[in-house]
Amino acid sequence: MDNSLEISETPHLRVRGLNVYYNGHHALKNISLDIPDKKITAIIGPSGCGKSTLLRTFNRLIDTIEGVKVKGEVMIDGVNIYDPKVEVTAIRRKMGLLSQRPCPLPMSIFDNVAYGPRIHGERGRQNLRNIVESNLRHVGLWEEVQDRLHKPASELSIGQQQRLCLARGLAVEPEIILGDESTSALDPVSSKKVEERFLELKNEYTIILVTHILRQAKRLADYVVFLYMGELIEHGPAAELFANPKESLTREYLTGIIS
Amino acid sequence: MASLRKIKERLTCSAMMMLTIASGLLLFVISLGLLLRSREILEMKPIMELLTSSVWKPGRGEFGFWPFIAGSLWVTLLSALLAVPVSLLCAVYLSEYASRTVRAIAGPVLDMLSGIPSVVFGIWGVLALVPLVKDYIAPMTGRFSSGYTVLTAGIVLAVMIVPLIVHVALSVLRSVGNDLRDASLSVGATRWQTVKLVVLRKAVPGLAAAVVLGISRAFGETMAVIMVAGNVAKAPKGLLSPAYPLPALIANNYGEMLSIPLYDSALMFAAFLLLAVVIIFNIAARLILKKMENIR
Repeated sequence: MDNSLEISETPHLRVRGLNVYYNGHHALKNISLDIPDKKITAIIGPSGCGKSTLLRTFNRLIDTIEGVKVKGEVMIDGVNIYDPKVEVTAIRRKMGLLSQRPCPLPMSIFDNVAYGPRIHGERGRQNLRNIVESNLRHVGLWEEVQDRLHKPASELSIGQQQRLCLARGLAVEPEIILGDESTSALDPVSSKKVEERFLELKNEYTIILVTHILRQAKRLADYVVFLYMGELIEHGPAAELFANPKESLTREYLTGIIS
Repeated sequence: MASLRKIKERLTCSAMMMLTIASGLLLFVISLGLLLRSREILEMKPIMELLTSSVWKPGRGEFGFWPFIAGSLWVTLLSALLAVPVSLLCAVYLSEYASRTVRAIAGPVLDMLSGIPSVVFGIWGVLALVPLVKDYIAPMTGRFSSGYTVLTAGIVLAVMIVPLIVHVALSVLRSVGNDLRDASLSVGATRWQTVKLVVLRKAVPGLAAAVVLGISRAFGETMAVIMVAGNVAKAPKGLLSPAYPLPALIANNYGEMLSIPLYDSALMFAAFLLLAVVIIFNIAARLILKKMENIR
């Protein structure tokens, strides 16, 4: 099944022979795929299929889970991020993560956005102010919070918190945005706002979304990856995969026979 | 049938409420009892004189509590100074860095340590620390010491409260959600940056509670302190002076002061002081935490 290059753009992220084991459980089985550059890729599949695990291998957050073993390669910009010589913080910096539930850090709105840049050594007050403002504008939050930047981030609504988290991720100038069911804790209006951000951001970033909402994948994705029980069943351009799935498992999942 | 169930429901509910209220009330009853029984001495002497006078001669009717207050402060502060940094770093290590196996071993070990009776710590102090202070540490400063000092008591207390603080601090740190750690790591923070800037910050109220708990324990600890502090009724001048903390005063003398007027009342006052300080300390800690939470 070598349809990995059907999308003409050069891939941003290449996965080759990726296997993940959790305390002996084989969670991801020999995954190889290419994630296209500056597109939205949706990873879909029933719960427990390994979607989030796959996403977590991309920024090596999987390292934080005890008893995990990763084999294979994930290449970004020609570098295998599992190479022992690679600096893990530099890898993570290339990816903004937007988790399932909004997770503001226990500090002010301003400090949340400035957190990443500060971590990486940015000290200039004016620079930080500019970074905070431009990233809050980027996620459409500036107008709503500009006069309470120094209030705790926890005072924002859930939807605002999620956009704040997006701004926090963007502030370190990543190349890739990883979304782990990022709208599942949000109300419909807030979800829509976050989705709109994704569509806008894909001009500048490669976006990889894990979602269990098929309609969301259809709305957003250019490229779709379907996982089932830790195996990569099918992947390809969204229009093609949704209209004309090649594998029977994919068809069954899309029509709701398996879930 | 249904009504019987309802009656049972109401009965259990009110019974449990009564028990809860009763245990809460106990604190007030004890404080009130101590206050009433120390009224005799409070009526005879101005309270400031009792608190600040250094002369303790019950036989002559002189009851200055300053030596004991100072003794308590010295040993408690020293033990906190020694125990708090160690405990917090230990808890951070166990929570953030140690593998599951290490944590699985350390947990029960800490629990056992905090379960050791204080008299055992006292004996350890007498057998190991007293000679150490007497024969090595004091001579290094060129002074003579019996070995029964503020330093000895402070170390014994520190060793006693470390497991307690680690235990509470560890559960506080573990209660900080992993998604917070992920959020910090995912922008490229190192583990230490994550701990320092996010985890500890989130955990501050709980950690402060752990520290307060440890200090209260040190302040009220009696047995281990009696055995190693020296019990000389003079305000300590330094780490190598003996101390006579409040709990030791009460435990050493209660029951042997029957014929001396006001002595009984004086010891009740000492007990009241002890209780009051612990309560005030707890309330103050809570207020500070409230304030800090509002800022964040």
